[in-house]
Amino acid sequence: MSTTFLNRFGSRADYIGIAVLMTLIVVVLPLTVDIFRLNLIGKYLTYAFVAIGLVLCWGYGGILSLGQGVFFGLGGYCMAMFLKLEASTPEATKIQSTPGIPDFMDWNQLTELPWFWEPFHSFGFTLIAIILIPTLFAFVIGLAMFKRRVGGVYFAIITQAIAAIMTILIIGQQGYTGGVNGITDLRTLLGWDIRTDEAKYVLYFVNAALLLLVIQLSLFVRHSKLGRIMVAMRDKEDRIRFSGYSVANFKIFIFCFAAAVSAIGGAMFTLQVGFMSPSFVGIVPSIEMVIFAAVGGRLSILGAVYGALLVNFAKTSFSEAFPELWLFAMGALFIGVVLAFPNGLAGLYATHVVPFIRSFSARRGGLFDRSVTFGGRVEEGGAK
Amino acid sequence: MSINPSENLARPGRSPRWRRTMASVLLAAASTVAVAGPPTAEVNTTGLAVTDDTVTIGILHSVTGTMAISETGSVQAEKLAIKQINDMGGILGRKIEYIQEDGASDWPTFAEKAKKLLVNDKVASVMGCWTSASRKAVLPVFEQYNGMLYYPTFYEGLEQSPNVIYTGQEATQQIIAGIDWVVKEKGAKTFFLLGSDYIWPRTSNKIARKHIEKLGLKVVGEEYYPLGHTQFNSVINKIRLKKPDVIYAIVVGGSNVAFYKQLKAAGIDLTKEKPLLLTISVTEDEIRGIGGENIEGAYAAMKYFQSLGNDNNQAFVKAFKEMWGDDIVIGDVTQAAYLGPWLWKAAVEKAGSFDIDKVRAASPGIELTTAPEGYVRVHENHHLWSKTRIGRAKADGQYEVVYETADLMEPDPFPAGYQ
Repeated sequence: MSTTFLNRFGSRADYIGIAVLMTLIVVVLPLTVDIFRLNLIGKYLTYAFVAIGLVLCWGYGGILSLGQGVFFGLGGYCMAMFLKLEASTPEATKIQSTPGIPDFMDWNQLTELPWFWEPFHSFGFTLIAIILIPTLFAFVIGLAMFKRRVGGVYFAIITQAIAAIMTILIIGQQGYTGGVNGITDLRTLLGWDIRTDEAKYVLYFVNAALLLLVIQLSLFVRHSKLGRIMVAMRDKEDRIRFSGYSVANFKIFIFCFAAAVSAIGGAMFTLQVGFMSPSFVGIVPSIEMVIFAAVGGRLSILGAVYGALLVNFAKTSFSEAFPELWLFAMGALFIGVVLAFPNGLAGLYATHVVPFIRSFSARRGGLFDRSVTFGGRVEEGGAK
Repeated sequence: MSINPSENLARPGRSPRWRRTMASVLLAAASTVAVAGPPTAEVNTTGLAVTDDTVTIGILHSVTGTMAISETGSVQAEKLAIKQINDMGGILGRKIEYIQEDGASDWPTFAEKAKKLLVNDKVASVMGCWTSASRKAVLPVFEQYNGMLYYPTFYEGLEQSPNVIYTGQEATQQIIAGIDWVVKEKGAKTFFLLGSDYIWPRTSNKIARKHIEKLGLKVVGEEYYPLGHTQFNSVINKIRLKKPDVIYAIVVGGSNVAFYKQLKAAGIDLTKEKPLLLTISVTEDEIRGIGGENIEGAYAAMKYFQSLGNDNNQAFVKAFKEMWGDDIVIGDVTQAAYLGPWLWKAAVEKAGSFDIDKVRAASPGIELTTAPEGYVRVHENHHLWSKTRIGRAKADGQYEVVYETADLMEPDPFPAGYQ
């Protein structure tokens, strides 16, 4: 790997990529689409957080997790619990048998707020919980799996089982979680109505800022020594182990990092969409999230964002145009992407666009260095 | 956007004669519009998708995913009603056009599509949703953007939104008359309550239990199983042990197939009525999956059965089969979905406007004498007054109506003392 322009936070190509992406998200889209569509794009971008987490943990770390929906959901549920408590004032819920508790608890004959809901009255606690609870959960899973050298397909299957268990738990404990309906009818955040158009604009930009932060952090991890060890670990795990590194610790770290990032996406999702339900936690949404990363290119952090945008945009447009046939169109899109460009959008960019730009700019002294972090040409070799 | 003939005529480069001809054509057209319906500016002051000759509404159901099998009937019924209304000349002189969106059996998708219909398409009303979860997901959207939803499914009650007209029964309408009937006609004394584990069966059983206990009778068991559960042998053993007079079953969706087959395999013959089985969750649609021979003899409390003999229903079933094929069956919810466009039409005509607030104000008291289930009327609480009927399942998958309440049952979404 050439290090001409590499620094701790990414290469020059990375920065050009970030600039282009941020211009698109912060300037072009808000100026060209109405608030309804922009809110939808905001929703798609919350999936980009999960996809970025997957690029790090799957693309670079070689850990395929089919349960990222769990972390997305945990983050989202933490935020939803806070918002639901704020919406369930005694005045707003006076028709219930027990006013002052969330409506679904009342339907389920609960007469007081369960103990684990109590701390979610505090916004500070909620913000910490959004990151900490999913991270701790990932840590426990990671500790149990990676210390025992469970990896590859087995790990994927176990994460999938965890996603299934989580869904069953949430649906089964409906008195405490809202069950299959989820936590709905969220209104205000600290007294600020999140349903208005202005609030949607604000949340969209907050979301974009958080996304930028997460991209930066991810590039930092990716370009650090840690990131290079991860790639090496993915390609020849034993060699790293024999060199004296603790493979399990690196894996636990990256898995926790991906979980924390997904949880931020989940919390922003709840804020922008106005509810949370178990349908984001289960196996199907978790696999969809892997598809976002795959379509974007599993070795490209920015590609993941484009992947999430493209797939969700296609989903919305196809289903609006062909309400009864859209699933076939989505299927065709996935098959097409995997067959035609296995490295996703980023691979397409690296193999077609970059050489073109390079041949064009070579005479001027090289706009693009050869590390191609955006496209991931270098790392193609041993990815699983 | 009223038509202004003089504006259209002021076009240069045409002969005067052509102008005269066009003028008469346009005037004729304008006068037809005037005769057919009031000007758009009058009937639509809030910017809904209403033109001089069309009005656009939304249809929002799952046509893909696990719920598609249930919701397809509702879509078909709504399309039939729209077609019939258009054939009769539409509403206020305007033909109904619809935009169909797929909820994809996914509650967040329902919310997204509901918002799209209201914000982007400015539809004048939406016929849609099926599960309570999907309704709960779209409810804040309808309340925020002031839309009007016609919701067809029988459900648990405990809700009364100014932006929803509930064309199905709320829980008390299905439960109380049904239990009274088995107590009176069949002498039932003990009940075993059974259901899928989510809000509708739980709330329904809560109402059932309160009513049973109020009558001085006994509930000998109450059990819930997750949606999609397929192993009912343990509960069937419990039922055999407790020997209840009535199994009160609110099993939902695919679980029904396993439940009724296992009941039969365990030697409980429902036609012998020992115990008797009363359900509020199995319509003709579900029997197609269960198989008529597996459920023969069970009783169901609904407001509508396809076999109803009245003239309205004969015509409805005929028209439905003509449009969607002979092998189709029509369940309770399908009929309720069919009422949606008609109730909306009646409310719009009473209000003389498509404006949501005026339609809402006009809705209570709206009556339909042409409903397949008979006469229905909209209550102040946005639910329908309807009759409760008991049907007995036959091997051919149809119900034989054995009882109907003499009066319309009053909808009571917040039953006092039952919560």
